Amino acid sequence: MTSYLIKGARPYGGDAVDLLLKDGRIAAIGESLAATGAEVVDAAGLIALPGLVDLHTHLREPGREDAETVETGSRAAALGGFTAVHAMANTDPVADTAGVVEQVWRLGQEAGLVDVVPVGAVTVGLAGERLAELGAMADSAARVRVFSDDGHCVADPALMRRALEYVKALDGVVAQHAEEPRLTVGAQMHEGDRSARLGLTGWPAAAEEAIIARDVLLAGHVGARLHICHVSTAGSVDILRWAKARGVQVTAEVTPHHLLLTDECAESYDPVFKVNPPLRTDADVEAVRRGLADGTIDAVATDHAPHPVEDKECEWAQARPGMLGLEQALPVVVQTMVETGLLDWRGVADRMSARPAAIGRLDGHGRPLEPGEPANLLLLDPGVRSTVDPAALASRSRNSPYAGRELPGRVVATFLRGIPTVLDGKAQR
Amino acid sequence: MKRHLLEAADLDRADATLVLDTAAQIDAALAGREVKKLPTLRGRTVVNLFYEDSTRTRISFELAAKRLSADVINFSAKGSSVSKGESLKDTALTLEAMGSDAIVVRHSASGAPHRLAHWVRGSVVNAGDGTHEHPTQALLDAYTVRRRLGRLEGVRVAIVGDVLHSRVARSNVRLLHTLGAEVTLVAPPTLLPVGVGSWPAEVSYGLDPVLPKSDVVMMLRVQAERMHASFFPSAREYSRRYGLDAPRMAALPDDAIVMHPGPMNRGMEIAADVADSARSTIVEQVGNGVSVRMAVLYLLLGGGVQ
Repeated sequence: MTSYLIKGARPYGGDAVDLLLKDGRIAAIGESLAATGAEVVDAAGLIALPGLVDLHTHLREPGREDAETVETGSRAAALGGFTAVHAMANTDPVADTAGVVEQVWRLGQEAGLVDVVPVGAVTVGLAGERLAELGAMADSAARVRVFSDDGHCVADPALMRRALEYVKALDGVVAQHAEEPRLTVGAQMHEGDRSARLGLTGWPAAAEEAIIARDVLLAGHVGARLHICHVSTAGSVDILRWAKARGVQVTAEVTPHHLLLTDECAESYDPVFKVNPPLRTDADVEAVRRGLADGTIDAVATDHAPHPVEDKECEWAQARPGMLGLEQALPVVVQTMVETGLLDWRGVADRMSARPAAIGRLDGHGRPLEPGEPANLLLLDPGVRSTVDPAALASRSRNSPYAGRELPGRVVATFLRGIPTVLDGKAQR
Repeated sequence: MKRHLLEAADLDRADATLVLDTAAQIDAALAGREVKKLPTLRGRTVVNLFYEDSTRTRISFELAAKRLSADVINFSAKGSSVSKGESLKDTALTLEAMGSDAIVVRHSASGAPHRLAHWVRGSVVNAGDGTHEHPTQALLDAYTVRRRLGRLEGVRVAIVGDVLHSRVARSNVRLLHTLGAEVTLVAPPTLLPVGVGSWPAEVSYGLDPVLPKSDVVMMLRVQAERMHASFFPSAREYSRRYGLDAPRMAALPDDAIVMHPGPMNRGMEIAADVADSARSTIVEQVGNGVSVRMAVLYLLLGGGVQ
């Protein structure tokens, strides 16, 4: 197995050191390391961070291989600096059995670019009616620990309570897509001044906040772990802060797009900006940034949602919701959290690696850059600013909301257990 | 004028006034003539691309284009390639490849004309998109008010009914504001959008206090089916609280007019004797619609485009 000697990288943005990667682990960190036979990677000026972990990715396989496959999504993830991604369950067939989650897990192993960790559906067929065989998925080769009906809310409060209770035996967590469905019938965008003027049916913030409030109470009542997907409103952050202060075992994620973009994007009626939950207001963006900074929101998760051209090059109401995120997640976080002074590099590592790995109960990911730890890491050039070109992305789809935007930071290399999946900004397989 | 007419905000005060003045010139030019036709757009092609059934608006645009001597193609989504799944973009590119100079589009999706304008080189005229806008309706309403009352500046207009789902209301609020009128929206809170506070209009939940202070009452169509989604308890209750009947009409100032974009629900938002009264401009609005649409097509295709 090839060893790699990374010269002059700055772990967490600190002083430049050398890192020796050997046998899948960080063998040594120090000044002027030498190792015979090791391949040298010049990392002068580059920041080293632990490999990123995504709690929320749509890889579309099986079922919509025209939008993304496990392999193309894995490549996009590696290029974004990720070493592990959770693959959401809303595939076709739905990942609600041990068979489907093992298929996705195996496809991830074969692609070999990131650890693909399947998420299991909470309910059969995402229908919200009866529990899927959560135990079978947990015990499968895929070792499922995160369960979610993402795309759909587990709206029935009694069913949600049972799911929260049941996964306690599996050391699992229910990741809730918080959306009261009766309040969002036909909803197209954030309900507010802009939806009123644009004539697009509104998605009220209260539809998210009502479910989060309900579920933190349920999780507290039954003593279970709860994770909230893609928090998008200021009110949600307030409720989460209150619940955490009361000791509820709740964690939450925010997407890169909710850290950067607002409902102003809908003015163009370009469905590339249609997403669920919708882009919110400036005040909401400010609140989720502060929530991420103070730890009320635990993690950044991409909600990477590839869609083929025909599902986006159409009328807004006809378009599918969702946007790409894997390749721009770190640059967006650099712009919105680091350049604003809200997070330092250790904070970035915590919110994009350590905490999501802990929430997903992943062994070997989210570990600090220290000798003896698994060699899952990325090298970032923080000085480069580049304009996003959707055609140049590794994803099979092109629905990037960042097209034409200049964003800071470029992932130069990613290592998965000591093997480069990305070098010189290029995927290695 | 901009190349497209997608929403009322595309028109500044000068542009909107130009459209109304041009409509007046067209009316004057055609008055008393046996052959109601002008040669202005001879050789130009106007496509009416209608994804929603709307006989009256389609006929109005068709007549407007024909009176300007344009070639008119009516493309109805039903029974066409659209029903076989062709996308809006492919349809637009096909029509443009056939040489259309303007596309008049009616669509159930808000913003569809905006998307269309991205994909074609010709002009796009919004003939009603979802619950967004219907700018030529607002122009014909403004034209009607100006003809009846002689002015728009300072005119007090009450727009009554289902504002939430009304593209007519959105276009009228914007255009009337541009032209200096004062708009009050009257509706139950359930039929006003969250965010209406940012519109350049007053809001009232009651109709009776507004009537004595209104020069124009514009009644919006209210679909009785809305009661199934609890926007109001029953058609009768809606009619009692927000319907314009003869006693309410009597509360209006003497020269006030009553408008309705049609089609009307007689007995729901407007009583038959009100709709047929001398104050009613409802039939006049239909005729003015042709003139105003002629003016819009003339200005977009014939001249005046920057």
